[in-house]
Amino acid sequence: MNKNKEKSMFAKEYFWRSLMTAGGLFVILLTIVIGAFLVYKGSATFTVFGHSLWEFIGTAEWAPEDSMAGGGAVGSLIFLVGSLTTCLLALIIATPFSLGTAIFMTDISPKFGERFYRPVVEIFAGIPSVVYGWVGLTVLVPAIKTVFDRQVGHSVLAAGIVLAVMIFPTITSVSADAIRSVPQDCRMAAYGLGSTRWQAIYRVVIPAAKPGILSGVILGLARAFGEALAVAMVIGQTTALPTSIFSTTKTLTTEIAAQMGNAMEGGETKSALWSMALLLFLISLFFIFLIHHFSKQREYAAKQ
Amino acid sequence: MKQKVRRSQRVDRGMTFVFYAVAFFFFALLFAFASKVILGGLAGATPEMFGFLRKGSIGNQLFNTVYLVFLSLLFSVPIGVSAGIYLAMYAKQGKATRFLCLCIETLSSLPSIVVGLFGYLVFLVFFGMGKSLMAGALSVSILTLPLITKTTEDAIKDLPPGYFQASMGVGATKWQSVFHVLLPACVPRIMTGVILAAGRGFGEAAALLYTTGSGSDLRWGNWDITSPTCPFNPFRPAETLSIQIWNLQTNGQDRDLANLASAVLMILVLVFSIAANALSRRISRKNSGEKS
Amino acid sequence: MEDKIAIPQNGNQFDISALNLYYGNFHALKQIDMKIEKNKITALIGPSGCGKSTFLKTLNRMNDLVENVRIEGTIRMDGRDIYRDMDSIELRHRVGMVFQQPNPFPKSVYDNVAYGPRIHGIRRKHQLDEIVERSLRQAAIWDELKDRLHKSAMGLSGGQQQRLCIARTLAVEPDIILMDEPTSALDPISTSKIEDLALELKKNYTIIIVTHNMQQAVRVSDDTAFFLLGEVVEKGNTEKLFSLPSDSRTEDYITGRFG
Repeated sequence: MNKNKEKSMFAKEYFWRSLMTAGGLFVILLTIVIGAFLVYKGSATFTVFGHSLWEFIGTAEWAPEDSMAGGGAVGSLIFLVGSLTTCLLALIIATPFSLGTAIFMTDISPKFGERFYRPVVEIFAGIPSVVYGWVGLTVLVPAIKTVFDRQVGHSVLAAGIVLAVMIFPTITSVSADAIRSVPQDCRMAAYGLGSTRWQAIYRVVIPAAKPGILSGVILGLARAFGEALAVAMVIGQTTALPTSIFSTTKTLTTEIAAQMGNAMEGGETKSALWSMALLLFLISLFFIFLIHHFSKQREYAAKQ
Repeated sequence: MKQKVRRSQRVDRGMTFVFYAVAFFFFALLFAFASKVILGGLAGATPEMFGFLRKGSIGNQLFNTVYLVFLSLLFSVPIGVSAGIYLAMYAKQGKATRFLCLCIETLSSLPSIVVGLFGYLVFLVFFGMGKSLMAGALSVSILTLPLITKTTEDAIKDLPPGYFQASMGVGATKWQSVFHVLLPACVPRIMTGVILAAGRGFGEAAALLYTTGSGSDLRWGNWDITSPTCPFNPFRPAETLSIQIWNLQTNGQDRDLANLASAVLMILVLVFSIAANALSRRISRKNSGEKS
Repeated sequence: MEDKIAIPQNGNQFDISALNLYYGNFHALKQIDMKIEKNKITALIGPSGCGKSTFLKTLNRMNDLVENVRIEGTIRMDGRDIYRDMDSIELRHRVGMVFQQPNPFPKSVYDNVAYGPRIHGIRRKHQLDEIVERSLRQAAIWDELKDRLHKSAMGLSGGQQQRLCIARTLAVEPDIILMDEPTSALDPISTSKIEDLALELKKNYTIIIVTHNMQQAVRVSDDTAFFLLGEVVEKGNTEKLFSLPSDSRTEDYITGRFG
C-alpha cells in the first residue's frame, strides 16, 4: 500500500475518532456546566443574601425582596409541600391503574395488548403537557367545581389528576417491560403447581418484576415533579400551604415559571427562584440514584 | 380443599374482571381525551384562525414550532449521534464512560423548566442573544440530546457483532466500518429517535417560556434574514403553538383559538409518534424476518 | 387426601383413549390409547418433535395455556375425565410437574417450597415449616439446604435447583409427578441424583418422565412408551421394549439408526 495513502487513512481515523469523542465530551461538559450554573446561581440565596438552608426549605414565609439589597423572607416550604402533595396524589391515582393496565397488556390479553394497547399508551407518553394542562383547565376544573360544589375548581386535586393522566403512560410502559421480562418459566412453574392466573400474577410475577415496576414509578414521579405549565394552569397559584385536596397552592415549578420573568436580575427573588431550580435539580439526581438502586437490585436478583 | 380451589377461582375471575375494567377505563379515557382535543378544537375553529395573522390565528405559530424544532435538530442530531457512536464504539469500560452515561441520564431527567432557565441564563444573559428562536431551539436541543444519544448507542450496540467483525476482517479501519457498515444499518432506528425527539420538541413549552418570547408578527415575503419580521430569521422572538396555548390561558381570552392550537399540536405530535412507531415496527419486523 | 387411600394399589392411574391434539392445523398427537399404571415410572421416549412433551402436558392440562390447541378423546384419572369432570386448577394440584429447565421462583428456598401450600390457603407458620422440611427431605436436599432456607433459590446450582423444584412439587402433595426431561440441563452427577430420587419417589407417587436419553429410560422406568410423529408406536415393559421391540421402528430408534 502507498505510504501516503496509509498515512492519510490514519489521519482520517484519528480525525473522526476525536470528533466522536468530542461529541461525548460535549455531553459531559454540558451536564457539568448546567450543574455548575445552578449551584452558582442557586447558592447566592445563602451566600450573598445570608439566608439559612433551614429558612429556605423549612419555613413557609415567602416574601423575598425584589432588589439587590435583599432582607426579605425566602421560605419555600409552600412550594415544596405543593410539589410533594400533587405528585404523591398523582402517584396514588396513577400507579394502581398503570399496574392494572400493564398486567392486562402482558398477562391477561397479550395479543391485543402488544399489538394495539401498547402503541396507544406509548403515543400518549408524547402528548405535550400544555395540552394536558389546557384540557385540565377547560374540562376538569369546571367539573371539580360543580361535582364538589366548590367556589373554584382549581385545586391540588385537579393538579394531581392532570399529572396522573400525564404519568400514566410512563409508569405503564416501564412496568409492562418489567413484567414481560419475568421469564415465562416462572409462570409455567406457578401454573404447574395449580395456581390460578391471579395467584401466579400476584405471588410470582409481580414480586419478580418489583424492581422494574418501582423504576417505572420513580420515572413517573420524576416526570410529575418536573412538570411546570400543566400544573400551573390548574393549581390556582395562591401562596399558601394546602390544607386539603381542594386547596389552591403553588409548586416549585409553577412558582419559577410564574415569577422568573418579572424578577430583577441579581435580586433576592431571582436568587431564591434559582435556589428552587437547584433543589429541583438535586431532586432529579436523587430520583436517578433511586432508579440505579432498583436496577442494581434487579441485576443482583438475576445473577443470584 | 375443593372449597379453597373454588374460592381462589372466584378471586381469579374477579381480578380478571378488574383488569379488563381498568384497561377499558383508561382506553376510553385516552380515546375521549384525544377526540375531545382534536374534534373539539377543530369544531370551534373559524377559517381566519388558520391564517397567518398577527393575532387570532395559528399559522405563524405553527410555522414557528416547526422551524424551531428544525433548528434544534440541527444541533442535537450531530452532537447526539456522535456521542452515541462514541459510547458504542470508542468508549472504554471505565469510570469516564460510566460518568458519561450518568450525565446522559441526568440530562434526560432534567425538568424542562430548569433547562429553560439555563438557556435563559446562558443564551440571553451571558451571550446577550435576546429572546429568540435560536435561544429556544438550543434549549430544546439540550432536552432532546440524551434521547438521540441513547437511541444511536442502542442502535449500534444491538447490531449483530458480525457486521463490525466482517468489516474489520476485510481490512477496513474502525471509522470506515462505522461509517460504511454500522451507521447505514442503523439509520432507520436513529431516524425513529429523531422523530421522537421532534415530537418532544413540538410540545415543549416550559423550556421556551423565557427563551423564545412571544413574537408572532411575521411578514411573509420579507426575505431580509436580519429583519425581525422575516419568517426565517432565527434571531427573532417567536411564539410556538405550545407557548400560544400558555399565553392564551394566562390572558384568559379566545378559548376557541387555544382549543384549535391544542388540536393542531396534538395532531402534529400524533402524526410524529405514529410515524416513529410504524417505523420501529417495520424495523423489528424486518430484523425478525432476517433471522428466520 | 382421604380419597387417595380408597383407591386400590397398582390400578391404572391414567386411562387415555382416542386422544387427538391439534395445534391449529397441525395434528400433533394421533389417536393415542394408553394406560398408565399407579406407582410406576413410565418413560416417554422418541425423537424431538414427536409429541412426547405435548402428550405429557395434556395430562395436567398445561396445554390449556397455549392458544389454538384442540383436544379430542378422553383422559381419565381414577375414572374421572380430566377435561370434562375436572377443573384445570384442581387437576394440577393432583398432577405436579417438573420442567426441563429448573425454574425456581426468584424467592427464597423456603418461599419456593411453601408457595404451593400457601396458595392452597395454608397460612400457619408451624404447618408450613413442617411441609417445607418434609418436602425437602423427600427430595433428598434437606441436608444441603437447611442452613440456607431463607437465601435466594437463584443462587443454587442447576442440580440443586431442579431438586428444589421437585420438592416444591411434592409440597402440594400430588398423586402424580410429570417430569419433562428433568435432567437435560444438568451435569451427570446431578442427573444421577435426580434419577435416584425418582426411584425413591415411586413408592408413593406415579411418575411419568419424558426423556431423550435412552439409558435413563432403561435405568429408571418400569414402562416405556415410544412416540414417533405424534403416534405411540409401542408401549410396554421397559426391559422388554428395549430388548425385544415388537415394532421395527422402535428397534431402529433404540439402536440409534435415527433420532
